[in-house]
Amino acid sequence: MEWLGVVVQGVLLGGLYALFATGLSLMFGVMRLVNIAHGDLIVLGAYIALSTVAILDVHPVIAMVLVVPIMGFVGYALQRTLLNRTLGADILPPLLVTFGLSVILQNALLEIYSADPQKLSAGPMETASVSFGSLSVGVFPLLTFVSAIVLIGLLQWVFYHTSLGREFRAVSDNQEIAQLMGINKAHVFGVAMALAFAVTAIAGILFGVRTSFDPSIGGGRLLLAFEAVIIGGLGNLWGTLAGGIILGVAQTVGGQINPGWQQLAGHIAFLFVLAIKPTGLFPRVAH
Amino acid sequence: MNADTKGVLKTTISRSSRVSIIAMVLSLVLMLVLAWAPYWAGRAEMRLLGELFLYLSLASLWNLMAGYAGLVSVGQQAYVGLGGYLLFALTMFGGLHPVAAVLLAGVFSAFLSLPVAILIFRLHGAYFAIGTWVIAEMFRLSFAQVQSLGGGSGTSLPIGVVKSLAASRSGRESLSYWLALGAVVFTLGFVFFFMRSKKGLALTAIRDSEAGAAELGINIWRSKLEVYVYTSAITGVIGGLIFLQKLRISPDAAFSVSDWTAFVIFIVVIGGIGTLEGPIIGTLLFFILRESMADLGTTYLMILGLVAIVIMLKAPQGIWGLIRQKFDIELFPLSYFVHQKDASTQKSSGA
Amino acid sequence: MPDALLLAQKLDAFYGDFQALFGVNISVDAGEVLAIIGANGAGKSTLLRSLAGLIKNDSNQVVFKGQSIGDKRADTIARLGIALVPEGRQLFPSLSVEENLKLGAKVGRRGYWTLTSVYELFPILNERRNTAPTALSGGQQQMVAIARALMSNPEVILFDEISLGLAPVIINDIYNAFPTIIEQGVTAVIVEQDISRALSVASRVYCLQKGSVKLEGLTREKTRDAITAAYFGVAV
Ligand SMILES: Nc1ncnc2c1ncn2[C@@H]1O[C@H](COP(=O)(O)OP(=O)(O)O)[C@@H](O)[C@H]1O
Ligand SMILES: [Mg+2]
Repeated sequence: MEWLGVVVQGVLLGGLYALFATGLSLMFGVMRLVNIAHGDLIVLGAYIALSTVAILDVHPVIAMVLVVPIMGFVGYALQRTLLNRTLGADILPPLLVTFGLSVILQNALLEIYSADPQKLSAGPMETASVSFGSLSVGVFPLLTFVSAIVLIGLLQWVFYHTSLGREFRAVSDNQEIAQLMGINKAHVFGVAMALAFAVTAIAGILFGVRTSFDPSIGGGRLLLAFEAVIIGGLGNLWGTLAGGIILGVAQTVGGQINPGWQQLAGHIAFLFVLAIKPTGLFPRVAH
Repeated sequence: MNADTKGVLKTTISRSSRVSIIAMVLSLVLMLVLAWAPYWAGRAEMRLLGELFLYLSLASLWNLMAGYAGLVSVGQQAYVGLGGYLLFALTMFGGLHPVAAVLLAGVFSAFLSLPVAILIFRLHGAYFAIGTWVIAEMFRLSFAQVQSLGGGSGTSLPIGVVKSLAASRSGRESLSYWLALGAVVFTLGFVFFFMRSKKGLALTAIRDSEAGAAELGINIWRSKLEVYVYTSAITGVIGGLIFLQKLRISPDAAFSVSDWTAFVIFIVVIGGIGTLEGPIIGTLLFFILRESMADLGTTYLMILGLVAIVIMLKAPQGIWGLIRQKFDIELFPLSYFVHQKDASTQKSSGA
Repeated sequence: MPDALLLAQKLDAFYGDFQALFGVNISVDAGEVLAIIGANGAGKSTLLRSLAGLIKNDSNQVVFKGQSIGDKRADTIARLGIALVPEGRQLFPSLSVEENLKLGAKVGRRGYWTLTSVYELFPILNERRNTAPTALSGGQQQMVAIARALMSNPEVILFDEISLGLAPVIINDIYNAFPTIIEQGVTAVIVEQDISRALSVASRVYCLQKGSVKLEGLTREKTRDAITAAYFGVAV
């Protein structure tokens, strides 16, 4: 029974990791951009929420209403002014530019907020739990998990059932021909980045409520996001959710055996999947 | 004999030009001057130079991987840290002399890099890059678990081991400096001769076109694997030397992505990726910037990030690339030059 | 003499350092069907890509309805009313047939062509509307590519080798749709390697050779021999 609890916690944790990964997956899916600064953006989301909560004296979940559009706007602006220039056949420019961005972000946050760990406080919601038989599950982790499912479902719907989604898929397939259809790819990429940033903001806030954060921890979040994407298979958002869950369960089970192994266990799970199925467990099949 | 005197141009192909010969001579002189440093430089300067040599080595190695072999890694701190930790483990528990431990750290790094490569070579491009970071992170977490090496908070090199290097402090500092100098000479020489070898030629072919290289019968996977293993081995040695200078190690310092990868990448990008000269210029510039702006702290790092972004977008060939474009020179020639000499005698020139 | 609808004036085009077009002059009149022929590598696709904005040029090297558009982005040009049916069809594999067509209408120009009318033109596409384009035959894929371009209700439509790699019967099917397309008042530029196919529908012809125009005129005035000579680069 104890183990069941551990696994359930891992699954719920996986929801958070899937949220980390969704933004990264979106960027790659639409514009083949791998963003090294992604982890720092998650942290940025948490910090913007921290300031919003402090200034407006509101609950972090309410702060989302403001933080998500702010981050979305930042994403659009960043894509249009900087990242669009890096896209092309050569992989170095996007990699190195986002790497530079990561260093700038980290140090800017350090300058503004100092290295002291911070946390978003969600009040009684944080400790509340519901019981299923003898199993007790935290309300907040459950909420995080449900958010992941809802957001991924929503993005999936946007991708496959809206005209915006058609444009996303078209530019992803063939940028040149997409332009012949009257699509301004710079704008479409900007919109995709805005969406990715919006999801990342939500992930950052939920993360900041769950654990304390400081400016230096972005790298670790990037790795989790990346591992979830690779485990699940590129370009498959539901696969990414599965990837996040596998990571989460590996971590909680590893941590249960020996607290020092928690993070290591997640990485080992990733390498294991890479060894047996390099394309991920659920690669998108071209239809 | 008649044919020879018909005013035919004799063509020779070589890699050297006058500039490159001058550069070679100057580097030899510079090397001698630097080798003499313990007799003319102060302790602080020697320390700085030693650190500069090690950074230059890391930068040249990263450049070999990213600039020539197309393996963009953001996880070379894995081998820096591994080398550092092996130095500590082999001297503390194996009773080895530090220099022997550092060399053995290179051998160990090579062996470990092989299975690592087999796994992460399944990832490509930017995904390969992040994959290398995962490996470094696993190394960090693993060493943090080793309690005999101080666990998460790290440990210092025992006095006995330090003393075994040389009895006096100045003796130790000189030795440590010469080791760093030796390492950078070896590394630069290795990269230079590797790129001039058949393997280097194969890498250039791969960089120009993977499909074309495959058609020439070049085994791309193997070529890249070799580069990865060699650079990992040397990076392990450099890591050992870095922590022989520091005398103290901890998982966070040993596997720091900003110290051993971010700075190194900035050095190469600013200096000029894919050239031998680029890392040298980049390292000099990096140290000048660092020494003059160290008080700025985080601002300095933000400026560094900004400079790297601007260079990547505006002059992706870096500073050396710009110089080369302007003056068409190569100090350490990898390309061939065609020399034409009038082989005929003066008499026949009128024919 | 009415002003030409679409003009290329001293058009040069480059791929990096390689020059593919050398001072090409072409004029397309409203309502006509123009053929551009030439051997493989002559620069036909490059010309069409320049007209459609996929290759950037100096502003006044391409003029459409009196407006210089040589330096405009492809999406802007598409909205102005120039559509390209690209060589090799180039459908979006992640989009179903109908989604491909709907994307064609994204330009937002209204006119005769709608989903209903293109399905009327190519009924088979209606049957296969929910299929992935990769599951279609070559001829059906070409129909989607043409229909997708029509969905933008263009004033000028550029066809790049629409018969390439198709069986003669299928090519007939596709060319049978031509009269209906032209009836809607669209101007057409047809690039073909198959000379007789191009000449059967076009009223005027340009011959491209190594990036330059070698021959131009009314199709009925030019002899087969003159065209063939220009095509193969033999002195006329
Ligand atoms: N993407 C490209 N990069 C470099 N050269 C190209 C490219 N596309 C075409 N070319 C060259 O430009 C010339 C014209 O090509 P193209 O316009 O495709 O000819 P056509 O359509 O008449 O067969 C050819 O010599 C071809 O090799
Ligand atoms: Mg063509």
